[in-house]
Amino acid sequence: MRTPVFILVQLAVAAALFLTFRFINNDYVFFAGYTVLQFIVLSTAWNILGGYCGYVNFGSAGFFALGVYSSVFFYTVSQSLDELVPESVLAPMQAIFPLPLPVLMIIGGIVAGLVGLGTGYLTLRLRGVFFAIATLALAVVLQTFIVNWSFVGGSRGAYVIPPNEIPVFGPYIQFLFFLMLLLVIISLTCARLIERSRLGYGFATIRDDELAAEACGVPTLRLKLIATTLSGALMGMAGAPFPFYIGYVEPGSAFDLSYAVNSIAMPMIGGTTSWAGPLIGAILLGTLQQVATVTISSAVNLLIVGMLLIGFVIVAPNGIVGLWQKWVSRRSSP
Amino acid sequence: MDIPFELLINAIIAGLLLGGFYAAVTVGISISFGMLDIVNIAHPAFILLGSYIAYVINVELGVDPIVVSILVLPAFYALGAFVYQVYYTSFEKYGQESLRGLAFFFGLLFVTEVCLLLVFGVDYRSVDAPYIGSTLALAGFEFPLRLLIPCLVALSLFAGLQIFLSRTFIGRAIMAVSQDPLALRLLAVDPTRIKRIAFGISIATASMAGAILIIIQPVIPSVGRDYIGRIFAICVLGGLGSLPGTLIAALLLGVIESITSVFYGPSWAPAVSFGILLLTLAVRPSGLLGR
Repeated sequence: MRTPVFILVQLAVAAALFLTFRFINNDYVFFAGYTVLQFIVLSTAWNILGGYCGYVNFGSAGFFALGVYSSVFFYTVSQSLDELVPESVLAPMQAIFPLPLPVLMIIGGIVAGLVGLGTGYLTLRLRGVFFAIATLALAVVLQTFIVNWSFVGGSRGAYVIPPNEIPVFGPYIQFLFFLMLLLVIISLTCARLIERSRLGYGFATIRDDELAAEACGVPTLRLKLIATTLSGALMGMAGAPFPFYIGYVEPGSAFDLSYAVNSIAMPMIGGTTSWAGPLIGAILLGTLQQVATVTISSAVNLLIVGMLLIGFVIVAPNGIVGLWQKWVSRRSSP
Repeated sequence: MDIPFELLINAIIAGLLLGGFYAAVTVGISISFGMLDIVNIAHPAFILLGSYIAYVINVELGVDPIVVSILVLPAFYALGAFVYQVYYTSFEKYGQESLRGLAFFFGLLFVTEVCLLLVFGVDYRSVDAPYIGSTLALAGFEFPLRLLIPCLVALSLFAGLQIFLSRTFIGRAIMAVSQDPLALRLLAVDPTRIKRIAFGISIATASMAGAILIIIQPVIPSVGRDYIGRIFAICVLGGLGSLPGTLIAALLLGVIESITSVFYGPSWAPAVSFGILLLTLAVRPSGLLGR
């Protein structure tokens, strides 16, 4: 399938999904759907570095929270503009603020991407595990900074009040859902483009044998940095609308370990070698968690995710996509 | 800034005592990550498991937490050997440890934490022992026993392991196993068996580290996460696989953290270890006493 066709198919599916949800006309469907879409973006972003390059990022929650808190920052700025800005520039600033949500998403993406680039530059020159450990600690440290930064609410948290209605879309949640749907299309297209380009082959050589790749002249450090930046930026973009979705953010919820676990578990369960893996994993696990949260409890659903992660990693190393490929090849060559 | 001398000295003493405790927490990682090349990020979860076992037995039967931790050492050793066996047969044998092995340990960390959460809830739990709350005053300086006794236990654990590793055959085989498994095979030693023993020992240290953790501070299931950055920072700073290096790095981190929390507030302390980790990786990745 050529890329333009792929995008058209995605747009058609997205439009059908959106219209169906509108037809159901229940806000809860949008709320639950938003969470699943957010996980699709997170796991696709994780997979660009983890699945294609073989570098594990444990700090997804940190990158996600960077997006969350860049939105909170600009929201707080727009709330108290007359105190922060001198009289002379107040008028032009008032024209710019409050920043529209798509702009906030781009800012969140840039912030998280830069942090990814910095962390990668310091640790990716060494053995791969150091990067993994650094990302694990990164989330803790970012959380420490946010807890101590009272402008964005500190440990008390911050209220972000979204408007109730928005022109064209009606309820605000539908607007959020629409944006997230767009982001899903962007990240899936990115992932698929990478997979079929020189970049993707470069990533695969790093995953399979970094030393040999280096010896053949593959610019491994540069490729790894591209992957880290891109992956971090997508996670940040997924985080930016979150304050408007949830209404109240505190460090504990923005840095929740479940983001890190889910963004690893979903690609691992779906399959890490193609764009379809994270998508399948996120839809399955995301929906399962929505159901389990409502019917059992949220702690138990995290337990299920952890167990599934361990189980799949041991029993089915290539995830659902791998199982399916094995099944197809067995049927075609009896 | 005008720093009161006495406050500084007391901060340094508290930091050294804390550092001794950090050494006990890190020694397991020094063995598994430093000597065996197994990136066991679930180690803090095992430490917390040790804390909660010490808590339950202490509250039910009134046994001293440190005694409990020594009694359950064999159980932790067996647990470690079992986890290694799963890890070996599923990942290491196929050279899959970098991505899937890490994900496996991450899942283990998460599952243990959620299980503890489901059983014990999010309340802070603490133990009771006669020495908690009293202070030893020596030459005008104060040594809180709540920190001093864990530090002494940690140091003796450390000394015992160092002697075991450098004097016995198995100990030296453990130090050699990740460097040259073939040479071990030539000595008719099974590298997998040595690794299993070593990993069992590394998890066994988690039981003692857990018991002294709950003496030092009340614990909740999520406290383990704060220690991940810390123990890897110590391990990397000390130089992978070097026990003396680990001890020096642990004392150093303890002092720096203690001074930070006295003069800038305890909420900044977690950032210290990460700063040290990044600085070490950027400037001297082989650590203080690295080869």
